[in-house]
Parts: sequence; structure tokens; C-alpha cells
Amino acid sequence: MQRIGVFICWCGSNIAATVDVERVSEVIRSEPGVVFSANYQYMCSENGQQLVKNAIKEYNLTAVVIGSCSPRMHEATFRKAAEEAGLNPYMVEIANIREHCSWIHKDREEATEKALVLVRTAIAKVNLDAPLQAGESPVTKRALVIGGGIAGIQAALDIAEAGFEVDIVEKNPTIGGRMAQLDKTFPTLDCSACILTPKMVDCAQNEKIDILSYSEVEEVKGFVGNFSVKIRRKARYVDETKCTGCKVCMEKCPSKKGLNEFNMGLNNRTAIYIPFAQAIPNVAVIDPEQCIKLKTGKCGICQKFCGVGAIDYTMKDEFIERKYGAIVVATGFRPLKPDKFNEYGYADNKDVITSLELERLMNAAGPTDGVLLRPSDGTHPKVITFIQCVGSRDTSGCGKPYCSKICCMYTAKHAMLIREKYPDTEVHVFYIDVRTPGKNYDEFYRRAVEQYGVDYIKGMVGKVYNQNGKLMVQGSNLIDNEQVVIPSDLVVLATAIEPEPSVRKVATLLTASIDTNNFLTESHAKLRPVESPTAGVYLAGVCQGPKDIPETVSQASACAAKVIGLLVKDKLKTNPCIAHPDESMCNGCSQCANVCAYGAITYVDKEFRLGGGKTEVRRVASVNPAVCQGCGACTVTCPSGAMDLSGFSSGQIMSEVEAICKM
Amino acid sequence: MTREEQKENLLRMSGTDVRKCMKCGKCSGRCPAYHEMDIKPHQFVSLLAQGKIEKLLSGKAIWSCLSCMACVERCPRGVAPAAVVEAVRDTVVRMQGANGIRAEDIPPIVDELIPQQLLVSAYRKYNK
Ligand SMILES: Cc1cc2nc3c(=O)[nH]c(=O)nc-3n(C[C@H](O)[C@H](O)[C@H](O)COP(=O)(O)OP(=O)(O)OC[C@H]3O[C@@H](n4cnc5c(N)ncnc54)[C@H](O)[C@@H]3O)c2cc1C
Ligand code: SF4
Ligand code: SF4
Ligand code: SF4
Ligand code: SF4
Repeated sequence: MQRIGVFICWCGSNIAATVDVERVSEVIRSEPGVVFSANYQYMCSENGQQLVKNAIKEYNLTAVVIGSCSPRMHEATFRKAAEEAGLNPYMVEIANIREHCSWIHKDREEATEKALVLVRTAIAKVNLDAPLQAGESPVTKRALVIGGGIAGIQAALDIAEAGFEVDIVEKNPTIGGRMAQLDKTFPTLDCSACILTPKMVDCAQNEKIDILSYSEVEEVKGFVGNFSVKIRRKARYVDETKCTGCKVCMEKCPSKKGLNEFNMGLNNRTAIYIPFAQAIPNVAVIDPEQCIKLKTGKCGICQKFCGVGAIDYTMKDEFIERKYGAIVVATGFRPLKPDKFNEYGYADNKDVITSLELERLMNAAGPTDGVLLRPSDGTHPKVITFIQCVGSRDTSGCGKPYCSKICCMYTAKHAMLIREKYPDTEVHVFYIDVRTPGKNYDEFYRRAVEQYGVDYIKGMVGKVYNQNGKLMVQGSNLIDNEQVVIPSDLVVLATAIEPEPSVRKVATLLTASIDTNNFLTESHAKLRPVESPTAGVYLAGVCQGPKDIPETVSQASACAAKVIGLLVKDKLKTNPCIAHPDESMCNGCSQCANVCAYGAITYVDKEFRLGGGKTEVRRVASVNPAVCQGCGACTVTCPSGAMDLSGFSSGQIMSEVEAICKM
Repeated sequence: MTREEQKENLLRMSGTDVRKCMKCGKCSGRCPAYHEMDIKPHQFVSLLAQGKIEKLLSGKAIWSCLSCMACVERCPRGVAPAAVVEAVRDTVVRMQGANGIRAEDIPPIVDELIPQQLLVSAYRKYNK
């Protein structure tokens, strides 16, 4: 029988307002095995922890039960306190009487009863707890960054700065991400390329950073400190080590009909191409869908003209396998395609464009060399109407329920830049709310109105239709209680942003969780915002939620700090709550290995004594303690009940169930 | 009926959750009958949410709404302004004691393409 100490936390009023903590302590005191019972305002505080430590020593406690918040919050805190008082940390159990009880109940009587049940359940479990020892595993001192946008670039630079090697895996032929497509950036209106490309060059020149462009992650094995990752290097048909980026191939290539992705399809590119002038690596790539040689076997012109013999039509996808200690996900976003919203006429009118298309039309390296011309007829638009919240804050099913956060600011930016460059242009903005929190942000938006005379109309657009070559924008002006129609030359849709769809695959490979909108979930919304719940996986940039460049960069640097904190360690403590088979019961059926998501289970042939001098060789399961994550899938799968989990044994779970059922 | 009861009644009849409205005005930005309406589509939603029942019941817009459902189609929040218009119209008609629908009148004029609500609301209008 254990000598158990029970400590009930008030959590200020979080628990105490709904649960009669005094009564719980009192009733629990007479439970078998309980030799000490107390309650305290904040168990997690210095004083609260001291209470535990003192009681362990004074009453010779062999086990501790804390009735408090979720073990996800403070299990580690109390285990550490117990350890400091000389108790094995795995002899501590948490009864979650906050999230599972006080927060979800209103009736004090009922909540108190339930708290008692939960504490008794923890006592039942702690009675069967046995001391466990954490093992150790080594740390591979190299990081992987998935996605080479500004988030990935910043994280990689910061990690490399601390002296660790980093690989950036980027699915596109160049790093840079969306920021490379932007013209000027709010709130200071500096040129996007001017601030981004030096960082891209830094990445290329940093000997600690290896850029694996045109590559994707295919397989991830292992765990924090010890990931093993298979990377697909897509066939580029151009030898990266030879190509000098001279662009002769682009001049000569006869296939010129590929949509230029970098310019949002507003113009075309050749089959062999370098996405943009400052691409990193500055190496051509052949689009197999457009290349005549790859499709029909004829042509081969680029190979003839390439002075360094870089072109190789026989290239195949290659796979490489590397080991990493930590992984940063920075897969970014894409703008929502607004063609589902037929009220805005995007699919039918060339002059209804998205904001990202406008960035390209305003950019000196864009399809119009930075002159703002209508896509339909190449004339200067005189009246431009912006529509905000297109597809954002939309719960009707067509769009996204969230606010995309960046569009209010970039629309103000666009409106202002247009009024600055073309003062004879009339600019209208339909908005529901203008959301500009942030340093110098509201001032920025007000400048658009007060200094640049942009006409902001409170109301949404119900319909855009073409009448004699004019785009008639019909919407509400709620302030004047009018329905207005603005004949416009160009309509710009501030479309919602959504996570890059391939993030789903990445999340699955990493067993990282994702929310209903495909944004990666952080470990704790407030206190662990850059960590994924999966140990060793960190999140940077828009893949975690909508954000602008300053926020993205801050988050990326925060990620890097976390990664560095992990990589400086030589060894990590492993979780001792792992699976182990009872070899006398195991019949080697292989079912456990089939369900293990971490590949921790293998089978070995072992000799067993049968008595009477006879022996028998049987195949039995064997768990690799460094790989097992203690998820318990194998224990519930094993048909012979041979597999069990330390710290969560079947016996313990059953005793908990019994304790609950007794009530 | 108290005002609160009337509000409950209208909410129930409309079957729409007016609290979901984010006051964007898209419904009124789309409505083809906008200029004929003294109470605009978004105001139907807003007035009901605030419980301003007298104002709703005294308006003339219920007779101008075409029941075209454009507002319902366009609302980004899944609110149905036309359903509120219909609920108000229904209430007004009932208060006049002139609930003109007779079940046996319906089948001969039903055509599969007619939206149910258009039929019902048109019927009310012509029976007023
Ligand atoms: C029209 C518009 C205007 C904007 N203007 C401004 C502005 O003025 N100021 C400002 O602060 N912000 C602005 N922003 C926001 C800014 O673009 C983002 O904050 C920023 O680009 C986010 O960077 P990121 O690295 O998180 O994502 P991204 O830029 O999307 O980069 C992600 C990278 O990951 C790669 N990737 C994706 N999936 C995978 C995969 N599975 N494997 C490998 N690689 C992958 C992508 O190819 C990409 O290179 C604007 C956005 C838009 C749409
Ligand atoms: S071989 Fe392909 S990429 Fe090269 S020039 Fe011909 S079409 Fe262009
Ligand atoms: S940032 Fe502004 S435009 Fe974008 S969704 Fe939010 S409120 Fe709408
Ligand atoms: S249903 Fe009525 S209120 Fe709604 S858009 Fe049509 S006419 Fe306007
Ligand atoms: S469209 Fe919907 S959310 Fe917008 S004002 Fe009308 S009812 Fe409200």
C-alpha cells in the first residue's frame, strides 16, 4: 500500500468557485492509503510546490495526487517538485478537476461530487504506479526548414547564425515565397524585393545553409532530436551545379505558352525558365508539361545553345535521406481563387483582378513593367474599386470563416500607391470593417483617406456587372443608407488567404495537428505559440495563421530560438512511459507493428525454457525504447494482451474505471 | 402579445439567426427592389435583432420585396433577410385577419420551378 498525499488546488476561483475544495480534501482524507490531504490557493506556485515537498518528507509519502488543472499544464511542474523532494517523479498523478470539472459545470454540489470521483480515480491509479526511469537519446545537430518563404528564410538564417546546419526544402524552383511577388510593403512602403533578395542571397552564401529547391518531403521517421527524412528532388532537367543562369535557353526556347506562375498567370513564359531575375538558386528549370522535347522527343534547342552543357532531358526524380534534430514548418499560403463568387464576376471579366495580381501589375518586373494597365485592353484605369473581405469572414460555405488579417492593410497600401502614382485616378474601397491594429497601422490607413483622398465606403458589394465596357459595382453605402453603383474601369478583390494545400500532407507526415481551416495548430495558443504539439516540430509564418511580414519574421526568429535551444543539447530525456511486451504471452502475430505509427516494434526469435530441460524458439515483439512514443495503440491491439504500457498499464486503467464505476 | 413575445414569434417564423449578421450590407447591396423599400433588407435583420417590432410591422417594404432570395444567396454569414421580410409580412397579414391561403387553391398553380417561398409570399400579397 502506498502512502499517498493529496493536494487540491483552488486555482484562484477557477476551481474553488465551483468545487468545494475544503470538502474534497476532508472526504479524501479518509480514503485508504491517504496519509495527508490539503488544499491551497495556487498549487503550482512556489509555496504550493513547497507544500508538496514538505509533505513528502514529513509524512514519508510514496505517492502524490494533485487535483488541479490539466496535466498538460502542470504535470511537469509537480513531477519536478516531487523529484526535488526525493520521490520518483512518475509517482505523481494529476486529477484534472478544472478543465474536466469546474470549468464545465455550474452546479457546485454536482461539481464537488465529480471532483471527488476524479481524485479517487487518480488515487486508484497512483496505488499501482511504479517508479520509472527516463532514458536518454542523442540529438542530431541539424535542422530542417520546410518552405522557403520569408518565414523559412528567416528561421534558417537565425539557426545558421548560431552555428547549426540547416536545410531548406522548397517545393518551387526558387526560394522567396509570396513576398517575392509583392511590389511595395506596408507599413513603410519599401520595395519588397529590395528587402527580401539580400536575405535570399545570404541563405545561398551561408555555408551552414543548404537550399534544396524544387524538392518535397516524402517521408518522416523518428522523433524529436532524431528525425530521419526522405526528400524528393524533383527532376529539373538542368544540372544545378553547371547552370550559370545566363538565360540563353529562355531566349531560344520555342515553347512560349506556359502560364507565368510568378506573375499570377497574367503573361506567359517559356518551357525552360528562371522564375524571376533574382531567383535563388539562379538556375533554370524545364516545365515538362510545356517542353516539346520532353513531350514529343523533338526540339532540344536549349541543349544546343547552353554553353555549359547543363541541360539533361533524361533526369529523373531523386531521393535523398537526411537526419535532423528539429523541423520548422513554414509552408505559407495561397490566395483564395474568387471564381466561386460569381457576384464579383472574376471569371467573366478580365478587369476584375485579385490583389496579388495587382501587385504584379504594379511591379517594375511584372508583365506591364510596373505601368498600371487594364488586362483587357491595356488602357489606364481611371476609376478603380476595391472590395475587401472577399471570401473572408464568410460562413456561408463558399469562403473562409476567419479574417485574413492582411487585406485591410494591403488594400490601403494599393489605394495609396495608385493615388500617388496616378493622381487623376479615382479610388473607392468597399469595406465591412477596417481592421488595422498594429504599430503605425491605423495611421497608415488614415493617410490613405486624409492625405490621398481614397473614398472608403462602409458596405459590401452585392453585384458587379459589365455595361458598355464599364464594370458596374453595385453595393451598399450603409452610412448614407443608399444603394450605390460605381462605374469602374478596374475592380480589385482583396481575396482571403488560405494555407498552402500541401500543408495537409506535411502535417500528416509529421503527425502535427491542423485545424478545420488547415492552419497548423500551436501547442498552446498563448504560451507556446511557435511549437507544434508534436515534439521537435515548430511553426513559422502563415501556415500557422494569417499574418503579415513583420509578424512572420518575429515568429520565424522565435522558432529559431526554440530550435537552437533544442540543438545545443547533446542528449534529450526520453519518456519512460513506453510499451513493453510480456514475452511469455506474445505469439509474434505482428498486429502491434502494423498499428505502430512510429515504427518502434520489431520481432526477434527467442529461446524459451519449457521445463523438463526442453526449450522452444518463438518469435516475440520487441519495442525500441528510443522510438516508442507511448501512444498505446499496440496495447489495445494485441489480441493476447501481451503488450502493456509503463505508467498506463491495463491494470491501472481498469482500476481507474472501477473507481469511477463505484460511485 | 408583448413585444418580447412578438420578437420570439418573428424569430421562430423566420427560422434565421439574426445574431449571425455582421452588418456588412451585402444583402442591401444586391437587392433589386432596394429603391422601393422603406426598410432595407439589412434593416429587417437589424430591427428584428433589436426587437423594434412596431417599426417592422408599420413598414411598407414587405409589399415591395420580390422574394427573389438574392439577399439570402449573397449573405456571407448564412442569414436570410428575405425570411425576416416574409415573417413580418405573414404577421401583418394575420393581424389583418386575412390569412387568405386556402389549401385547395395551391396545387393547381404549383409548378416545380417555383420556389416555395415565392409562391407563399406572392399568395399573401395578393390576398391582402
Ligand atoms: C496581395 C498581398 C499583399 C501583401 N502585402 C504585404 C505587405 O505590404 N506587407 C506585409 O507585411 N505583408 C504583406 N502580405 C503578406 C505576406 O505576403 C505574408 O505575410 C508572407 O509572405 C508570409 O510568408 P510565409 O513565409 O509564411 O509564406 P509564403 O510567402 O507563402 O512562403 C511559403 C513558402 O513555402 C513553400 N512551400 C509551400 N508548401 C511547401 C511544401 N509542401 N514543401 C516545400 N515547400 C513548400 C512555398 O512554395 C513558399 O515558397 C501581402 C500578402 C498578399 C496576398
Ligand atoms: S527542349 Fe524544351 S525547354 Fe528546351 S528549347 Fe525545346 S521546348 Fe524549350
Ligand atoms: S483584414 Fe480586413 S479585408 Fe481582410 S478579412 Fe479582415 S476585415 Fe476583411
Ligand atoms: S428577397 Fe426581397 S429583400 Fe431579398 S433581395 Fe429579393 S427583393 Fe430584396
Ligand atoms: S448580407 Fe447578411 S451579414 Fe450582411 S448585412 Fe445582410 S444579413 Fe447581415
